[in-house]
Amino acid sequence: MSAKHFFLALSVALAATAAPAKDAAPLAEDPAVEARLVHISEELRCLVCQNESLAGSRADLALDLKREIRTMIKAGKSDQEIRDFLVNRYGDFVLYRPPVKPTTWLLWGGPFVLMAGGVIALIAFLRRRKPAEANLTPEEQRRADALIKGDS
Amino acid sequence: MKKRYLLIPLALFIVLAVFLAIGLNRDPREVPSPLVGKPAPAFNLPQLQKEGSFSPKDMTGKVWLLNVWASWCVSCRVEHPVLVDLAKRKIAPIVGLDYKDQRPEALNWLARHGDPYDLSAVDADGRVGIDYGVYGVPETYVIDKAGVIRFKQIGPVTPEVLDKKILPLIAELQK
Repeated sequence: MSAKHFFLALSVALAATAAPAKDAAPLAEDPAVEARLVHISEELRCLVCQNESLAGSRADLALDLKREIRTMIKAGKSDQEIRDFLVNRYGDFVLYRPPVKPTTWLLWGGPFVLMAGGVIALIAFLRRRKPAEANLTPEEQRRADALIKGDS
Repeated sequence: MKKRYLLIPLALFIVLAVFLAIGLNRDPREVPSPLVGKPAPAFNLPQLQKEGSFSPKDMTGKVWLLNVWASWCVSCRVEHPVLVDLAKRKIAPIVGLDYKDQRPEALNWLARHGDPYDLSAVDADGRVGIDYGVYGVPETYVIDKAGVIRFKQIGPVTPEVLDKKILPLIAELQK
């Protein structure tokens, strides 16, 4: 087989594998809407499969909710309005980033309080610790010096 | 003097243990509904068995139950005898919301297992379900005379939930 024939065969083979990709339907009519949908739904929890985001979920309800969000995006609703729509129905639980309010102060502040406590405890501990002293007798000191000198 | 410091990790451990104990004993499926205490979302849906439509407004002045069900829902089968029994006692009207179901299958299901519902409204595409924050079937709402949701049961209504929560609440609301 000549090189010409080889490349011809190769291009035919590549064209054959590429063909189905061309035929695949576009993801959505409007990529901008889709991008916003992904952006919003990544921050939302799928109620059915609770450890998944709405964006990643294939659950029936998640698909319905995404359809609903898509409709709202096309209707010109803001991200906040869409989030409020879901919170009004499913509560703060749908938000992966819970809002800061009295019931969640501990959630947001807790780690910092714990860290501050740890730092205070560490400082207190270090302050109380007696400084290490070199408790060498003059004889020991001489031997130590001799060893250091002998080494170098 | 030194022993006081040993108490700090112990105290931290206890605090952490208490938080974990509370957290682990909570049922992650029980998402508190923001709808409790708010008016039941309005809708107008066709009925399953009869001609005509149903709107929650039709029930104004009555304490009633809205039970979301579907013929494809396995837990609904578990809950069903409890509802049939409740319907027999004629304590409060039960309205079904047939969620994302096929009409023939839904009718067949009721014919086979009994029909506890005063009527069922057909939510074919689940749009009304979204307004009610339905995320798993069955779910049951207790709605008062003014049309305000007073209780939401997620998952099957068990005899225990019925006796301890729903029946006392209905009695209270009917006063």
